[in-house]
This record gives sequence, structure tokens and C-alpha cells, in this order.
Amino acid sequence: MLEQKHNIKAWIYLLPALVLLVVFTFYPIVNAFILVFMEGYRYIDGTWTGWTLTGNIRYVLNSQLFWDAMRNTLVIVFVSVPISVIISLFIAVWLNSIKRLQGTFQTIFFLPYVTNSIAIGMAFAVIFNRDFGLFNLILGLFSIDPINWVGTGASWGRAMTALMVFIVWNGLAFKIIVFLSGLQSIDKQYYDAARIDSASKRRVFLKITVPLLSPMIAFITITSFIGAFKEYTAVVGMFGENLNPGGGGRNMMITIVGLVYESLGQVYPGATSEAAAAAIILFFMTLLLTLFNMYISKKRVHY
Amino acid sequence: METIQIRLENLTKIFQQKGKEETVAVKDLDITIPAGKLIGLLGPSGCGKSTTLYMISGLLRPTTGKIYFGDNEVTNIPPENRGIGLVFQNYALYPHMTVRQNIMFPLENLKFPKEEALNRAQKYADLVGIGHLMDRKPKQLSGGQQQRVAIARALVKEPRVLLLDEPLSNLDARLRLQTREEIKRIQRETGITTIFVTHDQEEAMSISDEIVVMKDGVQQQKGEPQKVYDKPNNMFVAKFLGNPPINLFEGRVSDGEVLVGEMKFGTSKGKAQEVMVGVRPEGFKRVKQGGFEVHVEFVETIGRDTTLIIRNPLDETKTFRAIIDADERVEADSKVRLSVKPNKMFLFDKESGELV
Ligand SMILES: Nc1ncnc2c1ncn2[C@@H]1O[C@H](COP(=O)(O)OP(=O)(O)OP(=O)(O)O)[C@@H](O)[C@H]1O
Ligand SMILES: [Mg+2]
Repeated sequence: MLEQKHNIKAWIYLLPALVLLVVFTFYPIVNAFILVFMEGYRYIDGTWTGWTLTGNIRYVLNSQLFWDAMRNTLVIVFVSVPISVIISLFIAVWLNSIKRLQGTFQTIFFLPYVTNSIAIGMAFAVIFNRDFGLFNLILGLFSIDPINWVGTGASWGRAMTALMVFIVWNGLAFKIIVFLSGLQSIDKQYYDAARIDSASKRRVFLKITVPLLSPMIAFITITSFIGAFKEYTAVVGMFGENLNPGGGGRNMMITIVGLVYESLGQVYPGATSEAAAAAIILFFMTLLLTLFNMYISKKRVHY
Repeated sequence: METIQIRLENLTKIFQQKGKEETVAVKDLDITIPAGKLIGLLGPSGCGKSTTLYMISGLLRPTTGKIYFGDNEVTNIPPENRGIGLVFQNYALYPHMTVRQNIMFPLENLKFPKEEALNRAQKYADLVGIGHLMDRKPKQLSGGQQQRVAIARALVKEPRVLLLDEPLSNLDARLRLQTREEIKRIQRETGITTIFVTHDQEEAMSISDEIVVMKDGVQQQKGEPQKVYDKPNNMFVAKFLGNPPINLFEGRVSDGEVLVGEMKFGTSKGKAQEVMVGVRPEGFKRVKQGGFEVHVEFVETIGRDTTLIIRNPLDETKTFRAIIDADERVEADSKVRLSVKPNKMFLFDKESGELV
């Protein structure tokens, strides 16, 4: 009796959130799955010509643009995430260990978090400018000739390097804050015990800090991977809507989410289904990697 | 294993917090701890016991004063190089490591070969009786078992000095008794100079070769437990040691007699003055004649002892305790005659609390 009443109450409390989730999340997901199997769908009048099991998927897999997007996305996921997790971990440990100016540095590192990504991206585009950018200026101090990072005709490797620097930097703030709060909740006595046990700094970090922080590390890693799969704003911020150094129409820096937007912008029949197909491929890739991550963390994380 | 003497010279620790007044946690501590002995550091909460221990371990830097291990000054040597074992008040076992990994951790840090580290860890785990729990995590152990792991981890590197910070405070009464005997046994077997911090006077008395009583960061008295108990330096020590606690009466010395109200407790060669008279419950004895007459309110017989709860003639609302032979039959709400055993009475200065 009592429990049933509680159940009803719980559902009532959940209702507003549920309604929003159904309208804006579940319905579109289901819709996307249906769209994938439609042939010649036109979103202008909502008509389609027939059904297909793999047609849209095959079409997407056969397009060069998809594979460009795939390559860029995978590079972002597997290069930027590990780098930014490791860097932010070190910064957090460093921040946690200093006594003076800790607050000041915390603010500095947290600032990017409250700043718009597109705006930061544009700032980075200026920093990486060939002729007057800060980056080349610094390289100039070491007598390195100006490099065309993000201008017209910049090579994929250079553009990607600049993009990585931006994405890593942009993601640091949140990770640092999470790691810092995790570090501050570790009982200081473990560090005292480790000193008594004659542990070196390196071993304290590897054997005490990292394991005790591992729930946070796992959380940050999984969410960052998911976020990186969806990366799009950083590319727009840095290279503009054309997703290409110096504009132009080559879409060199396109990501899978970029491709989805691109397809949605087209009006020819079937374009929407192609977007849905790309989105669903992305969905399954993210799911697979997340499952793998969770499998690893089950074995390695100490809760 | 070499044993080593610890010497504290004028050790002082002042905590200075921003914007607040300073706390003198430990003041001018001058203690020599003989090699191979177990010393009990005893005092009420907040008297600076942990602070003293942390200074000896090197985790805290003394404000002034010096620390010697044997002939070597170690005041400025970091804890990792002092060769000490420390058992923390709440054990501080690494929660993510198994018992084996916890015990082996100090050895791995000292770059012991794997084989030897494993053997040693097993040896000390067996010594404290947890050799069969090596693959468990601390969370899967009882408080008493965790405490033994902490002791094994402290002992495994065979330190010259073992420091224990209220290691038994989380255990139940029976386990406490058992574990403290075990600590004593291990200390005897290994001969490690050991400092044992506690605020439980009975624990300190039973386990220690010598005790040091502290109050407000200042050493009050040091000596063999029974000697300190029998001959306290001041009222604080007298009150702190003993259970049930010592009885204190407002009294006076006049004409060589010690008087509490109209009762004659004994004699004194001291000058005539007002004093506090301390008599331990077992310092009274029942007599047929002489002494003084008192009114017994209750009688408690527990095991071997008969405790008389007696109305204090100076203050009707208060009582004091006397322990007499269990063979003696005394009725509640009756009158008996008592006298004070001569060497069981202490006279303290009313102002300073010092022995007169
Ligand atoms: N880090 C610190 N900063 C400021 N004051 C401190 C600090 N550590 C201890 N103190 C103060 O120093 C005094 C002694 O503390 P300490 O921890 O040595 O007491 P203790 O005898 O171990 O007490 P307990 O039996 O409760 O453990 C206390 O008054 C305490 O408030
Ligand atoms: Mg303490």
C-alpha cells in the first residue's frame, strides 16, 4: 500500500522531466531510426517513395565526405581526449599542492569554462594566424619560419594540430575542476602514511593519487570520449561554417556531427535519411566505446 | 635489530593560523625514551599527544627544540628517511590495496626484491595474526583486523622506532584488552623502542614500561606506571590516574595533624596551612577503634572488591568512595569507622596543585 503511494508520487515528480525527455530526446531518436529505413524522404512535404534496409547506410559509407568526417572525428577522440585528461590531471595535482595563489590559478584555469567555445575558437584562429598570430610569433623567437596553421591552403596536419591545441585547452577547465575537487576529498592521512612508508613522489602519484582518483578519471574519460565524438562547435569556431581552413568548400575539417548538419541543410530527397544514417553510425560507435570504457573501469577503478 | 634511544630536547610546537591567535600545542618537552622500552604518552584530549608523535615522526616540524635518535639529530630529516613505523589513530590503510599490498608498500618503496618483500609481509602478517586475510581489502576487515594490518605495515620495514597513536580507540572492550597484550608481546619480541599514545590511563598503565603524563602541552610527570600512581607530583596526575578516581577533600594541616573537617586523616610534618587532601579509594581501611566515623550510603560488591559509597561529612550532597576487603560485611545506611593508610594520603597545595 504504502509503497504504491510512494510510486505514484515519484512518477508525478518525474513527469515534467519525462515529458521533456520524450518530446526532445526519445521521439527524435526513434524518428532517426525510422528515417534510416526510408527512401527518398523529403522533409519539406514529409513524403517518401519507399523503404530500404541498408540503402541509406550504404550511401553514407560510400561517400568520401563521410570518411573524411570519420577520420577527423576519430583523431579528435583518440588524440585530444587522452592528452587533455593527462594534462588536466597534472595541472590539478599541481594546483592542489601549491599553497600560495591557489585561488588565483583556479580562477585562471576555470575561465575558459564560462566562455563561449565559438568565441574561444575565433580567438584561437587569430592566435594561429600565419602573419600576426601569437603562436608563430613565439616560434619566431626560436627562429622558426611562420607556419600556415589555419589560413587558406593550410595542410590537414597543421590545421588538425591547431584544432587539437584548441580542443585540449578548451576542455581543460572542467576536467581540472572535477579532478581538483576529487583530490581535495582524498584523506590527507594517506599522504602522511605514504611519507612514513618512504614512498617517492612518483610512487605516491601512481600508487595513491591515481587509484584514489580513479572514479573521477573514469567519469571524465567516458564523458570526454562521448563529447569528442560529438565535436563540432570547436571546428566551426576555428574554421567557420565551411569547416575548411580559410573558408572555401572542401569541408576538410568536417566531423560526423558536422556531416549530419551538412546533410540536414540539403533539400534533395533522401538527404535527411543520410543525416540520420550518419547519426546512427555515430551513436553505435559511441555506445561501443562507452561499453568498452565501462568494462575497463570495472576492472581498474577503485570505488 | 639495533635498538635506539629517543631524546626530545625542549620540544615546542606552536600552531599559527591566519588571523587567529596561536595555539601552543606542545611546550618545552624534555623526554628521554630508553632504547627498547615501551613508553605510554598519556593525557586528556587536546593535550598535544598526537602533535608530539607527529613531531617525532617528522610529519610536523617543531617550532623550537631538537629530536635525537641515538646520537643523531633528526629534527630536520624528513619522515621518509627517519626509519620509523607509525600506526595512525584511524589506521590510514590504503583502501584500494589488499592487505598484502598494504603491508608490502613500504618494502616496495625501499626497493626490496619482490620475493623477500612477499616473505617479510607474510611473516609480519602472521606475527599479528592476520596471515590468512592477505587478499582482502581493508573494507572487508573488522576494526581489530584493520588495526593489526596497520601494525604489520608499520613493523614490516623493521623500524628503529614504532609510534602508535591511540591505536585501540576504535576497538571494543574485549578486543582492546587482547590487542594491547599483543602489542606488548610484539614489542618485547622485536625490542623496538615504542611510544604508545592514549588517553585511557588504564591502558597506559598496563602496557607501558614508563608513562609520561601531559597536560596542555606540558609534561607533568614521567616514570614507571605504579610509581607515578603511588607518588603523583601534583593534583592533576593524581586525578588523572586511577579508576575509580582519587577522593579529594578540602582540609588543613595544623599542629602536625591532617584534618578534614573534624576527621583526623593522618599526620604531616608540613607547616600549618589549608591543603587539598587526596586519598585513593583503596587508601582507606576499616578499623574497630580510632580513625573517624562515617555514614555509608550504599555498598557495591563487584568481584573481589567491596566499595563503600560514603556521605561526605563536609558536604551532605557529596559522596566519596572507599574500597575495603570483600570479607568485611558492611550494611548500607550504617556507620563504620575508617582510617587512612599513612602512605596513601597526598597533600596538595590549594592554589598550585603541587604536592606539599
Ligand atoms: N593543524 C593544527 N592547527 C592548529 N591547531 C592544532 C593543529 N593540530 C592540533 N592543534 C591543536 O593543538 C592541540 C593539541 O592537539 P593534539 O592533536 O596533539 O591533541 P591530542 O592530545 O592528540 O588529543 P586527542 O586525544 O583528542 O587526539 C589542540 O589544542 C589542537 O586544537
Ligand atoms: Mg590525538
